[in-house]
Amino acid sequence: MLHIVNKSPFEKNSLESCARLSKSGSCILLIEDGVYGALVDSETNEMIQSCLRDRSVYVLGEDIQARGIQREQLVMGIEVVDYAGFVKLTVEHDKVQSWL
Amino acid sequence: MKFAVLVNEGPYTHQASDSAFNFTQAALEQGHQVIRVFFYHDGVNNGTRLTTPPQDDRHITNRWSQLAQEHDLDLVVCVAAAQRRGIVDEDEQKRHNKDVNNIADGFRISGLGQLIEAGIQADRLVTFGD
Repeated sequence: MLHIVNKSPFEKNSLESCARLSKSGSCILLIEDGVYGALVDSETNEMIQSCLRDRSVYVLGEDIQARGIQREQLVMGIEVVDYAGFVKLTVEHDKVQSWL
Repeated sequence: MKFAVLVNEGPYTHQASDSAFNFTQAALEQGHQVIRVFFYHDGVNNGTRLTTPPQDDRHITNRWSQLAQEHDLDLVVCVAAAQRRGIVDEDEQKRHNKDVNNIADGFRISGLGQLIEAGIQADRLVTFGD
């Protein structure tokens, strides 16, 4: 299952809910302000690390670029995709859940 | 693969309409079919042709209209959400005795059943919004 989070973890608790409730083997994609959850120097680091143990985590490249975030600032293990990669993730997972 | 897209947020609000557009475009570029884009809640504001952004800004409504024309997309605006927010097509104009209509090219007003149908018929339903 693909989980999409589009809000900053400092604005809404959707990333926290997603991290808590998503199952092992699922995939989390951070888009829009959700990409702030991927920063290594952030309170969310530990939560993302625990997700990465049994889930894959992606960020949308266009959205980190728009916010001046470099790849080096992301938690190690997070992968960057473009919109074509976003579409591919939705194809690879039979269900897509947006945490609004 | 068949996609349906749900847009729950208005244009120029946060980023949902832009994300939905970019996603839809990327899906079409990969040869996927987008069977319907459904605009719900404040998302219906994407469908007014009176939208007039500054010249150096993207024109979100026209961009959807153009994409719809190029790919024969079905852009559906929820009728109940549209009525509340003053999005009116010719039929609604007559029905409610309004002096004007404002639906943009390529958009049509219909019911929530269209979202349910899209959810059933599409392989994936991807939601963008607040």
